[in-house]
Amino acid sequence: MLDIKNLTLSISGTPILNDVNLSVGAGKILGIVGESGSGKSLTALSTMQLLPDGSAIDGEILLKGKDILQANEEEMQRVRGQEISMIFQEPMTALNPVHTIGAQVCEAIRNSTDLSKSELETRAIETLEKVGLPVSRFPLSRYPHELSGGQRQRVMIAMACAQQPSLMIADEPTTALDVTLQAQILNLLRSIVDETGMSLILISHDLAVVAEVTDDIVVMRNGEVLDAGPTGDVLRKLNHPYTAQLAKASTHVPQRNSAPVLSAEQKSNGSIPILKARDIVRDYPTARKSLFQREKPFRAVKGVNFELFKGQSMGLVGESGCGKSTLARIVLGLDKPTSGNVNFLGHDLANVEGEEMRQARRNVQVVFQDPFASFNPRHRVERLVSEPLYLEPELSKSDRRDRVRSALSEVGMNDTALDKYPHEFSGGQRQRLAIARALITRPALIVADEPVSALDVSIRAQVLDLLADLRERLDLTYLFISHDLGVVRAICDEVMVMDAGEIVEHGPVTDVFTAPKSQAAKELVDATPNLERALANRVD
Amino acid sequence: MLLFFLKKLIWAVATLIFASVVVFLALEIVPGDPAQVMLGINATDEAVAALRENLGLNKPAIERYFSWISGMVVGDFGRSYTYSVDVRELVADRIAISLPLALIALALSTIIALPVGIYAASRRGKIADTVVMAISQFGIAIPNFWFALLMVYVLAIWLQLVPAGGFPGWTEGFWTALKSLLLPAIALALPQAAILSRVTRSALLETMGEDYIRTARAKGLSKRATLWNHALRNAMIPVLTILGLQFAYLLAGTIIIENVFYLPGLGRLVFQAINLRDLIVVESVVMMLVATIIVINLLVDLAYVWVDPRLRTRAS
Repeated sequence: MLDIKNLTLSISGTPILNDVNLSVGAGKILGIVGESGSGKSLTALSTMQLLPDGSAIDGEILLKGKDILQANEEEMQRVRGQEISMIFQEPMTALNPVHTIGAQVCEAIRNSTDLSKSELETRAIETLEKVGLPVSRFPLSRYPHELSGGQRQRVMIAMACAQQPSLMIADEPTTALDVTLQAQILNLLRSIVDETGMSLILISHDLAVVAEVTDDIVVMRNGEVLDAGPTGDVLRKLNHPYTAQLAKASTHVPQRNSAPVLSAEQKSNGSIPILKARDIVRDYPTARKSLFQREKPFRAVKGVNFELFKGQSMGLVGESGCGKSTLARIVLGLDKPTSGNVNFLGHDLANVEGEEMRQARRNVQVVFQDPFASFNPRHRVERLVSEPLYLEPELSKSDRRDRVRSALSEVGMNDTALDKYPHEFSGGQRQRLAIARALITRPALIVADEPVSALDVSIRAQVLDLLADLRERLDLTYLFISHDLGVVRAICDEVMVMDAGEIVEHGPVTDVFTAPKSQAAKELVDATPNLERALANRVD
Repeated sequence: MLLFFLKKLIWAVATLIFASVVVFLALEIVPGDPAQVMLGINATDEAVAALRENLGLNKPAIERYFSWISGMVVGDFGRSYTYSVDVRELVADRIAISLPLALIALALSTIIALPVGIYAASRRGKIADTVVMAISQFGIAIPNFWFALLMVYVLAIWLQLVPAGGFPGWTEGFWTALKSLLLPAIALALPQAAILSRVTRSALLETMGEDYIRTARAKGLSKRATLWNHALRNAMIPVLTILGLQFAYLLAGTIIIENVFYLPGLGRLVFQAINLRDLIVVESVVMMLVATIIVINLLVDLAYVWVDPRLRTRAS
């Protein structure tokens, strides 16, 4: 179907792709795996010829034997959508917010046919129904913002299928979705391939996803294809050292030198928890019905109880919207519960204000998901990392500088970082800085909200090692929020599964993940891509 | 939607009341006796006392505030001391010039700026874009009165196409009146158009970098179709904001142009009233301008909702 031969690309003189060769057979699914900067997305955009200005491209891209690199823009407009379609990573921004989903799907169809408006709409309804959006619940007049992320990605897929192309390219189609939605979308893509005989290129950083879905695999790094072949073969044999390294990193579990801290044991020992949350409820007001009347408030957290013991690593998992981030904000003292109390080292976070809150805050710090977004780009590292020290105004200037240095050295960075700006660091280094910022007040508890989700697998393994190491050395307690069960399994002693504002299951990680009891936990475990399981289930 | 409109309306009224208090207090704390100021230092005590009585200045402030407000609500703006006519009449005459002038200027600026901005954006980085943007930079930099004088020289004096200044009144026929507003409208519109075209261009370029533009291109749409069908409407929010601000400015901030063309508009009225300490006129005109600007803001808010369906949901 598609043959890419000796593809070389540079953008404004910077080499991006070097002699890329790959091919997809009719009705086959090809996975392209690689870390950020490997050139996998730009390979896809080269195929679509939607490259940024200043791109110089060389080689051949044969679609059904015809070299589309030679095609002019007008011919390419017929290729796009009708022959090759594409879906993207971020469903929240990939749809035009001011047009209805009907208009956007119709537009995709209209481009290749001259149907009347009502015929177009019938086709659009059919297409949307195929991707699981029945017209009864999702009329064409819906706008993207009225849909969830998963539903939007379905609309994207509908648009991509609308003109019945012979090849679809999906660039990280599920990375922005949580695991249950990811499983649904992957199933949908696979069923479309089975039904229509279309070919699919699935670009992903996740080996397990690729192992579950694809027939063949291409492994890329720095713009080059390193390894290629049938997926089962490549991932079982791991002949290429880089593929082996990726596989190892994606299932990496940091060393745990001391015994896991389990709540049941701690309670029977009579230890006092450092954090004790009782009957936490958080309501959010909803939109007004009229000037004088409000809808019933939305209850994001419904009477949650839990404890954290010193040195414990507690995972908090659940689908997006289950209330885990709200709960984290309450533990951080950034939000007050509507009712209930949080006893943290003797402070009641639900009720304290001012100076006492400041005392409490010193002992709980946070690491966020996105190392790019959580730093002010115009401040230097010294200022960024020392920011939480406003909680300790008694420190002198030289003390502050010493604290920054020691926090940096804890995370394996040296003093040369002090005067640099965030953009001068890689994603992994930035996340180290974020951890240094959390460590600087010498807290007892660190709340980590998806701290490794935005990182490539090899970097992720390093950051997990760092977190595990810090836990032992500094006797830290972690509340680790993630939708990625693999990560939670790697670093946590215990896990709480949250669903619709309640904790539905709580226990040691191995128990919960090998024998989940609640429906929500079962669904999460089943939906989480797992490299070993995927390889075991493959027929080839 | 209705609720949203109602909410905005309540805010508008509240803002108006607050503004009226501020305007009233500001003139209340102006040093000296308004009657004395109006009559000048040579006035006799009797004359000042008579004027005070006439203006109602002997009554308590709160009573004067309410009689001012209640008068305005029923359309009685009081009587100008210096012009010896009802403020309502005085203002109505001026609005008959200022409002059409502002509307023509706004229309001109929009008609010029949108196509220019869209054209420049579609040619980003090419020579046409650079040239157009250089011209617009020029348009922002040139003082509009200088440009007005230049136009008077070329179009009115040299080519004698339009009158050089003055306003014959609408009674002299629609086209005659319109013709005399043309030059000032162009002089007002061009710098505004220069700003607006830059805003349009940068808003469009920003939207052209959005993910959904890439989606539209991946569907097989041409660059041009993508710009018109997908980018333009999304780029309208900042453009509408600037348009609203420009209209408010065009209505009241045109004093220099009015002077250049000898137009008896609102700007000149306010300026003269301030010089002559005709506080009643100042109070009334300022309140009217406040009200107009509030109405414009309300319209801009509604336009946002019309452009962006996300706001519609939030609004209902």
